[in-house]
This record gives sequence, C-alpha cells and structure tokens, in this order.
Amino acid sequence: MISQLTGNERVLAALTFLILLCVGVTMAAAGRDDLIGTHGWVIAVSAIAGAVALLRAYDAPEPSPARLSEYYDEPSKVGIILTLVWGVIGMLVGVWIAALLAWPELTIDAAWASFGRLRPVHTSGVIFGFGGNALIATSFHVLQRTTRARLPDQFSPWFVLLGYNLFCVLAASGYLMGITQSKEYAEPEWYADIWLVMVWVVYFSIYIRTLLRRKEPHIYVANWYYMAFILVVALLHIINNLAVPISFGHAKSYSLFSGVQDAMTQWWYGHNAVAFFLTAGFLGMMYYYLPKRAGRPIYSYRTSIISFWGITFMYMWAGSHHLHYTALPHWVQSLGMAFSVVLLVPSWASAGNALLTLNGAWHKVRDDAVLRFMMLAAIFYGLATFEGSFMAIRAVNSLSHYTDWTIGHVHAGALGWVAMITYGSLYALTPWLWKRPALYSAKLVEWHFWLALSGTVVYVFAMWNSGVIQGLMWRTYNDSGTLSYSFVDSLVAMHPYYIARAFGGLLFLAGAVIALYNIVMTIRSPVPVASESATDIPLGLQPATPIAQAGE
Amino acid sequence: MTIDHEMLTGFSKSFGLFYLIAMSIGVLVYTYWPSNKKPFEHAAKAVVSDEEDKPCL
Repeated sequence: MISQLTGNERVLAALTFLILLCVGVTMAAAGRDDLIGTHGWVIAVSAIAGAVALLRAYDAPEPSPARLSEYYDEPSKVGIILTLVWGVIGMLVGVWIAALLAWPELTIDAAWASFGRLRPVHTSGVIFGFGGNALIATSFHVLQRTTRARLPDQFSPWFVLLGYNLFCVLAASGYLMGITQSKEYAEPEWYADIWLVMVWVVYFSIYIRTLLRRKEPHIYVANWYYMAFILVVALLHIINNLAVPISFGHAKSYSLFSGVQDAMTQWWYGHNAVAFFLTAGFLGMMYYYLPKRAGRPIYSYRTSIISFWGITFMYMWAGSHHLHYTALPHWVQSLGMAFSVVLLVPSWASAGNALLTLNGAWHKVRDDAVLRFMMLAAIFYGLATFEGSFMAIRAVNSLSHYTDWTIGHVHAGALGWVAMITYGSLYALTPWLWKRPALYSAKLVEWHFWLALSGTVVYVFAMWNSGVIQGLMWRTYNDSGTLSYSFVDSLVAMHPYYIARAFGGLLFLAGAVIALYNIVMTIRSPVPVASESATDIPLGLQPATPIAQAGE
Repeated sequence: MTIDHEMLTGFSKSFGLFYLIAMSIGVLVYTYWPSNKKPFEHAAKAVVSDEEDKPCL
C-alpha cells in the first residue's frame, strides 16, 4: 500500500505518523495515573507500526502515471476484509453476552468480562466495526463508478479507513477497561471523539473532491444517500459529544447538557444514528449493488429521490419517540411519534422500489443466493420500518418500551436489513474488485444465506415472545391493585427465549464465519489468465480504439 | 425579546410546519420537472451498463 503513494504523499504519511506519535506519547505521559495513559500507548504504538511499514517501503519506486487511468480500489479491498473480521468479532461477543443472559453462571470473575462492558463491544463492534467499514469500503467503490472519476489522491482514503479503525480499537478496548461516557452508541470518550471528527472531515472531503471531478453530470442517487450518511453523522456526533474533560490527562468528561436536554440530545443522536448510519448509508449500498447484480435499472428513479428527501426530512424529528412517558414535554413526544408514523411512507417507497426492480427477474433471485441476500434485505427493511413506526406510537410503546421487543426490533433491522444487504453487496463486489470469475464457492453462499435467514427468524421470534410476555407481566394487576408478578417472575418466564436467542445468534455467527472463509478463499484463488477488464476505468482516459470485450 | 420556552414552542409549531411543506414542494417540483427526466433515466441505466464497471469474465 505504501508503494502506491507518491513521494509527497509518503511525506504526508510520515508527518501524520509523527504527529500521532507525539500525541500518543503526550497522552501516555499526562495520563500515566489514568486509563487515558493506556490509550496514549495504543495510539503511539499504532503510529510506530505505521511508520515502520512506511520506512520499509519508502524507497519503492513512485507509482506510474498509468495508475490515473484506473480506479483506486486498494482501500476498498482492505475495507472488505476489515468488515468481515469486525463482523465475526462483534457477533461473537454478541453470542457470548446472549449466553450470559441465558446462563449467568458462565461469567468469568473479571471486571472486563462483565455484561456491562462486553455489551458495548458487541454493539460498537457490529455497528461501527462491521457496518462502518462496509460503508467506507463500498462508498469508495460506488463513488468512483457512478462519477466515472478516480479518487482524488492515494493518501486520504487510507487515512480515513485506517484512522476509522483506530477509533474502533480505542472504543472497544476502552469499554473493556471501563471507559465510557454512558451515552448509548456514543460511549467513547472525548479524545476518541475528536479523532473521529478529524477522520470524518477527510472522508467528506474525499466525496466532495471526487464529485467536483465527476464525468457524469447527474449525481447518482446512491451517492446522495452516502453523503447524507457522512454529513449527518458528523453533525450528530459533534453535537451529542459536546463535553468538557476534567483535565487533558483524564479520560473522564462531563457532557455540556444535563437532565432532559441531555436525554433529548442523546436520543436525537441515537435514533438518527439508526437513520443515517444504519439506514441511509446502506440504502446507498442497495441502490447501487441491487440494480447492478440484477442487471436491471432501479424501478423508479423518481421514487428513489422522493424517498431520499422524505427520509432526510423526517428522521431528524423522530428521536423523541425513545422518551415517551418521561420528563420530556408531551408535545415533543407527540411530534416524534407523528414523524415516526409518517416515515413509513418513504421507507416503504424504498423497500417497494427495490422489490419492484426485481419483479421480472425472480428466476435470478431463485438461482443466485447473492441477489437473494439483497432481496431479503429489502423485505426485512420493509418489515422493520413498519414495526418501528408502530412501536413509536405512544400506546404501543407503553407495552414495548424497556422490554425485549425493542431488542427484537433492532435485530430485525440489524441482522435482516443491514447485515443481509452488506453480505449481498460484498459477495457481489469481491469478484469484481479482485478480478475473479466468481466466488470460491457458491454453495457456501447458499449455506450462509439459510443460516442467516434462520438465525434472524429464530432471534426475532424469541425476542418478540419474550418482550410481549415481559410487557404484559409488568402491567398485570391483581384485585387489590398491586402487581401480580415480581420482576423475578418475568425473568424466569424469559429464560427459554434467552436460550433460543443465543441459538439464533449462533446460527448467524456461523454464517458470518463462512462468509469470511469464502471471501478469503476467493482472494487466494489463482487469477485466471487474460482477465484484465479493459472497460473498468475512469471516463476520459479510455483508449480511442475499443478494446475487444472478454468473450469476443 | 427574551427567548423562553413559550416563544420556542410557538416558533416550532408554526414555522416548522411551513418550511417542511415548502421543502417537500421543492423536492416534488425538482423530481417531476420535465427536463430532469432524461438525466434521471440516464443515471439509472448507467449503473447497470457494462461500460461503467465490468466484472471479469
């Protein structure tokens, strides 16, 4: 990867590592009596590892100008591997904590192994490690193809990809040490947050600089979704993490907000993290890879634009449905509820658009498990958004809130929609990027598909049952007006469902391991001869005489 | 004029309605503007064309 950098970019990389090393050592020194010191060393060691890799290849010849006539896909390739590895780690921890809920006596007597520290490793591992890397890897690929322009330089995509993964490592290791600011999905402390802002600004600048050089006049809708994801996540992340550290040598910080304002800011962030991280970005993925794989343009391009603006306008206001029956003013709760219900329109427009694109190509869906992953993702997207709108209604929420129903809903979205569209897209993308005729094993994709589907169904049904039973037991009164069941009664009632949930998660994890194996074996399989794809290059640089297509 | 809760809620409940409706109308006009039809169709077709990206065969 170093040999692909130009001379100036190698200097820039060296400077970046130097600054990172200085920051890391300063943090280690200033925070020697605090947990932040350990993270200082993590940052310093990462910088040294990067510098060593740089120095070992520093004298390599500069990349030839011919590179500019091809897309720059190396960061996407590394991103795909990181996605799959984080997926296995995040889901493994998920199965672990699911097992802890079913069999609490399995716990190890260590602080880092407690449920409260492991759970954010699971949530951040799958959302940011798995989902985030998938979004970065695919966005670079989609951006270049739909604009017909190469990424602006070779350094910034690596800065974004590797810098983002440093953030993920700081987050996960911090949770295990006990560092958290106790905001759901925003647990990392102030220094990790500042680092993520820097990475994110560069990420957005890559998008803008590539779009400025685009050869296609119209910006394809997938890019709008990816840009909404980048821009809104920046906005949410900065505002929700406004905090003052107790000193520069301490990890602990205090939020700028307090009381109900803090809760509202947190759930404005939390729900829009679902909307713009787990929905908008993955819709961008769907709007590119699903038509591509099906070989059919999107059913209605106009609907895709209307649903894009519908989602961006309305999701912003839906967050307060997380705070029904709290100190939040009643009208703000009603506002969140109303917007959540109306959101069903653009959500189903997207899901319907995807399924109608496949209408007429059902034979491909039947034969091709990769396309089937994408179809199933669209179905689960429709189901989860319907359920979400329904659960946001105050009366429904009085039954569902604080129960496992919420967990079931989240996993219908995360396993059924996010993970399915990701695996479908990565299975489609891997042979294209590595120039292989096909995946290593189509049979293993089938196995993965059925494991993923059955795992999701088992998981979601277990949590629906558990959640509704919990909700009903907590609101059942006897003749004298007191609660009929104690909390422990409801806990005992949930036990069989917790076992089923752990089993469903295990099935899904098995599929994730198969995906990692299948894609690694695809990459390791030998390149067929004469496989150069002559047309996969930016516009304006194509040779004047058409090159014979493969197969001619 | 002091910025208090009453003022903010009044503003949110009135202005909020109108600017969201105005933005929605703007989006619908853009989407259905006749001269935009062609670029939209081109963009939708370009994605699935072999020119833009081609898996090796």
